[in-house]
Amino acid sequence: MSDPVTALSNAVAEGPVRVAETGPHGMITLRGDLSSDAVAAAVQSATGVAVPEVRRLSSAGDRSILWMSPDEAMILVPRAEVAQIVTALTQALGTAHALVADMSDARARFRLTGEDAHLREVMVRLAPVDMDRFETGEIRRTRLAQIPVALWMPEPGAIELICFRSVAKYAFDVLTVAASSARVFAE
Amino acid sequence: MSTRLNTGGHRIDRSAPVTFSFNGKTLKGYRGDTLASALLANDQMMLGRSFKYHRPRGLVASGAEEPNALLGVGEDGRFEPNQRATTQEVFNGLVSTSQNHWPSLEFDIGEINSKLSRFFPAGFYYKTFMWPRSFWKHVFEPVIRQSAGLGKAPQDADADTYEHYYHFCDVLVIGGGIAGLAAALAAASGGAKVTLLEQGPMLGGRTLVDEDPALAAEIAGMVATLQAMENVRILTRCMGAGVYDHGYVLGYERLTDHLDAKDGPRHRLWRIRAGQVVTATGAIERPLSFAGNDVPGVMLASAVRDYLVDYGVSVGDRTVVVTNNDDAYLTAIKLVEAGLTVPAILDAREGGAGALGTLAEAKGIRVLKGHGIAKVKGRKRVTGVAVCRQTGEGAVTEEIACDAVAMSGGWSPVVHLWSHCGGKLLWDTDQAMFRPDATRPPRGSDGEAFVRVAGIANGVMDLDAVLDDAVAQGLAAAQAVGQAGTTPADLPALTARDDRPTEPVWLMPASAKRDLRAKAWLDYQNDVKVTDVQLAAQEGYESVEHAKRYTTLGMATDQGKLSNINGLAILSGALDTPIPQVGTTTFRPPYTPISMGSIAGEARGETFQPLRRTPMHAWHEANGAVFEPVGHWRRPYTYLRAGEDKHAAVEREIIQTRNALGLLDASTLGKLIVKGPDAGRFMDMMYTNMMSNLKPGKCRYGLMCSENGFLMDDGVVAKWDEDTYLCHTTTGGADRIHAHMEEWLQTEWWDWDVWVVNATEQYGQIAVVGPQARTVLEKLGATGVSNEDFPFMTFQDHVLAGIQARVYRISFSGELSYEIAVPAGQALALWQALLDAGAEFNVMPYGTEALHVMRAEKGFIMIGDETDGTVIPQDLGLNWAISKKKEDFIGKRAQLRDDMARPDRWKLVGLETLNGSTLPDGAYAVAAGTNANGQRNVEGRVTSTYHSPTLRRGIAMGLVLNGPDRMGETIQFNKVDGTTIPTKIVDPVFYDKEGTKNV
Amino acid sequence: MLILTCPYCGVTSEETEFHGGGEAHLKREGPGSDDQAFEGYLFHRENPYGVHFERWRHVYGCGKWFHAARDTQTLEVFGTYSAQVTTPPEDLLAVIRDKRPGWQWRDLA
Repeated sequence: MSDPVTALSNAVAEGPVRVAETGPHGMITLRGDLSSDAVAAAVQSATGVAVPEVRRLSSAGDRSILWMSPDEAMILVPRAEVAQIVTALTQALGTAHALVADMSDARARFRLTGEDAHLREVMVRLAPVDMDRFETGEIRRTRLAQIPVALWMPEPGAIELICFRSVAKYAFDVLTVAASSARVFAE
Repeated sequence: MSTRLNTGGHRIDRSAPVTFSFNGKTLKGYRGDTLASALLANDQMMLGRSFKYHRPRGLVASGAEEPNALLGVGEDGRFEPNQRATTQEVFNGLVSTSQNHWPSLEFDIGEINSKLSRFFPAGFYYKTFMWPRSFWKHVFEPVIRQSAGLGKAPQDADADTYEHYYHFCDVLVIGGGIAGLAAALAAASGGAKVTLLEQGPMLGGRTLVDEDPALAAEIAGMVATLQAMENVRILTRCMGAGVYDHGYVLGYERLTDHLDAKDGPRHRLWRIRAGQVVTATGAIERPLSFAGNDVPGVMLASAVRDYLVDYGVSVGDRTVVVTNNDDAYLTAIKLVEAGLTVPAILDAREGGAGALGTLAEAKGIRVLKGHGIAKVKGRKRVTGVAVCRQTGEGAVTEEIACDAVAMSGGWSPVVHLWSHCGGKLLWDTDQAMFRPDATRPPRGSDGEAFVRVAGIANGVMDLDAVLDDAVAQGLAAAQAVGQAGTTPADLPALTARDDRPTEPVWLMPASAKRDLRAKAWLDYQNDVKVTDVQLAAQEGYESVEHAKRYTTLGMATDQGKLSNINGLAILSGALDTPIPQVGTTTFRPPYTPISMGSIAGEARGETFQPLRRTPMHAWHEANGAVFEPVGHWRRPYTYLRAGEDKHAAVEREIIQTRNALGLLDASTLGKLIVKGPDAGRFMDMMYTNMMSNLKPGKCRYGLMCSENGFLMDDGVVAKWDEDTYLCHTTTGGADRIHAHMEEWLQTEWWDWDVWVVNATEQYGQIAVVGPQARTVLEKLGATGVSNEDFPFMTFQDHVLAGIQARVYRISFSGELSYEIAVPAGQALALWQALLDAGAEFNVMPYGTEALHVMRAEKGFIMIGDETDGTVIPQDLGLNWAISKKKEDFIGKRAQLRDDMARPDRWKLVGLETLNGSTLPDGAYAVAAGTNANGQRNVEGRVTSTYHSPTLRRGIAMGLVLNGPDRMGETIQFNKVDGTTIPTKIVDPVFYDKEGTKNV
Repeated sequence: MLILTCPYCGVTSEETEFHGGGEAHLKREGPGSDDQAFEGYLFHRENPYGVHFERWRHVYGCGKWFHAARDTQTLEVFGTYSAQVTTPPEDLLAVIRDKRPGWQWRDLA
């Protein structure tokens, strides 16, 4: 048995904004109508976390769910819980039309930390998102330079971001370049 | 001569001297100088040669509109041609060189063109270099290459970095003059998020030059108020480069161009999305068209004033002012006040000026009303002017010695940004200018106007009205974004000058004869003269857009800044059509050129493109892999060993795999999970084959066509369980096919219960190939994998080397083969385990080239080789994979079209050269006769061709007319040397036709 | 560069997050259709200088296809709406009639 490794072996770039690849994480993709009661009840019972509102993140303890589209959610759990939650969720969904898949290895995940305003300035060098109006608990799928990503702010001063595993190095490289550039609107 | 005065120059810091060079000469300037002002301070008036005639050219302007002073700046990795001396600030160590001359600035061979100017008329490129054709290579092109072009391309990689910056604001104000500041204050007063861009280093604009110096303090107060507001951002050295659809604006910020030490990004490209845009971009002074108006020393009157007031530089000791308006009188007055001589003001208007005229005369300046310049004397520098009556043909009334001429033909509002996105202009006859037509603005996504123009840019020329207009526009913009504000308090009080109206003067003198008109320049940068535009009109180029292209008037970086109105007016005169009917050409972004680096942003070097890497990428890199791009993926083409070339390495990999064991990193193959009660029905629509009747645990090779019938992808489908399928796609196809499936599910069959997940990157996939493949699997712990227990085209779950794996027994090589899918995070561990377990069989990883050769040896098609978007599966002999039972699938209807069913479509066959050589890729089979164009007829083409190390000869596949019916026939494939290769048509399966190896 | 609002996730973003997908409300013609109908479905597209109905996909965002009603002349976006309809919603048509009296697009007016 070998332990899973992340795409970049948890690479870190230190600086005023710290860029770190984290993991391995548990990431479970759920395809199903998130507005359906059956799906909501199954998700709640299997994960203990409520289905999030549109473009929001919901959390309970060390588990979170990201709203990805009206019929897709990304369930973030500790790696060791993945198999059990996939089984429990599949069972709880019963005959409801849904697809549950362990996608823990398909993506790379990054955590950026630093002064909140500085973090936002790092993101706007790469993504066409109005970060001044981006809220904690909001999730945004967008374009980071040339790749698709999903990003959210779990708390002020931190941004979490996921992208496909194959482009992890590209994401890390562009993030570290952007993080190394000086602030424009420093107070 | 031009020189630095002992006093004056509010932009320069006399306590901070700066050293720079021009054409190898070391010169001194001050911090705050532009390269232009510093060069003038060193009496360097002549700065280049003109584009076509190589005439000596000097500074004309003091800002972004400068047409002549384009210099090469920097060295090596920081060299850049065509930098405007007027917008480049000096710094210690700046290296600048003049351009467009040969062999030197002072002595230039191309100047002979000027003497031959009658032979270089408008459109001369089109007229002259047409014939004879053979002259192009040996005569025209070498001469043009030697003498044409502005500057030289850099030779080295750019040493700097660049970045983009997305920015969102409610109101974007472009222009940091007094109108922009007032508009920003008004716009921000209700809380709207306001961003202000100023292209120069300093806020305040022309007011600081032209108005009472006491106003400087009031402007500083406005700036301080704005800076204290949390909802306001101010960016200097940041040009509004272009205005685009729906409030998108590009800002071009120059971060290090003015600094001694270059640290951090050089330029930042602001990608701004604004709710409302207010352009407060002021106006540009127009030149006057008189003979010799391009002689170094002839400058815009405002520029003469700028150099004096901003930088403490006098352009000349004796400056003649020539004008058709009052504003130029200010230049004369300021020059005299600075102790310089103004021998005369030549005012083309019979009535002369208003209050400024009185003031000038009170200062003892001689004013000649109704007069103009017949011709400027001097070649590399003005030595005097010949004066004439404006109304005549140019009879000289007197000559005045001088070393500078300050000219003013009136002012043109800078309407570029208004016009970039469709804002229309109207001709203001009274003021003789185009100005924005507020009733025809650029419109945003909601259909409402999103650009407003404030102040002088809006054609509001009276100073007291400028602030009112700016405030009104700023408030309107705030209102439009729902953040209505109030009129800011404490705005400076400006009083209107008592100016007499500008009188249009399009040619000086009005009835100038040809010899004068032929030396009166309209467009300095492109060397377009009054006579050129007149000739264009005479030759029928009546549309302004045609005349522009025929003469090159206003093209390139000028974008009509200086030349536009004068050129239009001449065209209008030549056509005897009023200016509004002649219209204006299109202003295109960027306002002035921006660097290529800023456009690229972070997309260069390692981050030029997002390269996709498999979990084994680092291992490949460390073990001799030569990569090839497949989409954004990098896949090993082959793995080189010491002393090997690529050809030898590929052969080694193939022979080893066929004889014992090879490994392929197949992680890049697309893997799409399709699940739901309607999944079978959906799969039957996606694939040409019947997929719904596949049994769980089984695999089937499938084809996908587009709706127009052409083959677009292929791959093995595995049925995971009763309502779940795993679709393998080609490496390049995963995203495309995923999108294709989602499109049909979302937009056509949205009532079908099917979900699709792209699981491509969840799995690392390794193909274990060769006679020893089963043994290796068993060594890693698999049991029950005999040919009977684990037959071809099925899959099973196994634990291999402690890793949970799904093993597909499928083959793309004809060998016994297993493709093993494991979570990507454990794929490298499995790869290593397979290498260890296979060591006793001399296991080797193989790359894409070996993969291609082995599949071709088996006659398997490859998407992108055998297909090119015009090939249907029937062309490839794949009828067996097209269901005849299904009523419908994507592409079925199209394949019923006449053209798809015609009997003479080229079809897939194998090809063997008679001499065993390898056919050239893409070669055509030639046939008898010629087509309607006199070209040889063809009857087929090569789609894949390789040297087969297994068979020790060339093998190929191709599409041939009636190919499958012509087995054994010999046809001829062409070579680039004109000869042909006799080639036999054979079955495309070259290797192990009986399938004895895959057991 | 346009801005569009995805009706599924509510994001308003610039065009680079989206991907254009051609004309909206095409009716698929499968096996059994005659040549003329199939030709129309596969090849014939409206190309108006004015009101147009298009398909877009929020490709960098939630991945959903949607419809947009847009003026190709002024670039005004009248609205975006679900991909799962065969004709534009009536309230959107009313807006277009109000803003562009006399417009026509295929059999809509």
